[in-house]
Amino acid sequence: MNTAAVTIAGCCAITAAIKAAGPVALGGRELPTWFTSVVILLSPALLAALVATQAFAEGDSLGLDADTAGVAAGGLVYWRTQSIIACVILAAAVTAGVRAL
Amino acid sequence: MLAVIRSEGFRRGVRQGAPFAVAGFILAASFGILADEAGFSELAAILMSAIVFAGSAQFASVSIIAAGGGAGAAVAAASLMNSRFLPMSAAVGPSFSGGPLKRAAKGQAVVDASWAMSSRGDGSFDEQLLLGASTIAYVTWVTGTAVGAIWGDKLGDTDALGLDAIFPAFFLGLLLNELHSGRARGVAALGAVIAVALVPITPPGIPVLVASLASLMGLTRRARAELELRQEAEGAPR
Repeated sequence: MNTAAVTIAGCCAITAAIKAAGPVALGGRELPTWFTSVVILLSPALLAALVATQAFAEGDSLGLDADTAGVAAGGLVYWRTQSIIACVILAAAVTAGVRAL
Repeated sequence: MLAVIRSEGFRRGVRQGAPFAVAGFILAASFGILADEAGFSELAAILMSAIVFAGSAQFASVSIIAAGGGAGAAVAAASLMNSRFLPMSAAVGPSFSGGPLKRAAKGQAVVDASWAMSSRGDGSFDEQLLLGASTIAYVTWVTGTAVGAIWGDKLGDTDALGLDAIFPAFFLGLLLNELHSGRARGVAALGAVIAVALVPITPPGIPVLVASLASLMGLTRRARAELELRQEAEGAPR
């Protein structure tokens, strides 16, 4: 098997197992308030971490880059217009523009 | 299954998910291009999107292969990226109906955009809305990958086009939808700081996983009291 096939098979098996674990273990159960209170805050924590690592990191080094500016511009336009499509297109355009300078 | 597709919630999910699915199409096209550059065949790229269906993990693993890494490192990075689905799927678990097998199958539909969209804000999730939003996202994810993998090489230098900014911009849009309370903003800031601080010293994926600990701010007495008040006001049992 080649690298692509092994990677795809491995990613598929692990993703499926991770996504199945929660619903199987916790389905149909009432959860305590402390658990729910943490769950509500998971998504801002995870999304902010994803954005920050993508926008400020290249491999294992940190820094401001053309894509940092692009992502900031995309965020600004989403905040003002609520259009996710405008957000991603502008992010790419600004990044491309800064790189072309 | 047919009953789910006909439900009002499912159709609302498709409608609310549509703009994110269009943005997801652009994102998937940029993934298809990356996979092509990493030496994946067109079919392999499309197949990966069809059966893995997890953007950040796909980007993480294929970037490693593009940089010359092996399949083991690529799969490890994808697992770490996807580890966030563990708390996410645990959160949505109690909202899924049906037996264990059915719930496990529904769990496969959990992706960031539809998960965030279907959250009712009181800890419960709208199952039908999640399935609707994920269905349309799946269609554009796979077709977008196909377009990028097959025709991407016509675009020339993809870095010059700024395509690498699409992925974080998409997630920033999702994040902005979540910041309606001071506590959520504080948790987001803390999560970002933790993740950025860990980038230079841990392997890819670990920073995001550890940043999820910022959500433990929900354990404060004040956070729990506010949640109880809101649940009582809504008359929700959970």
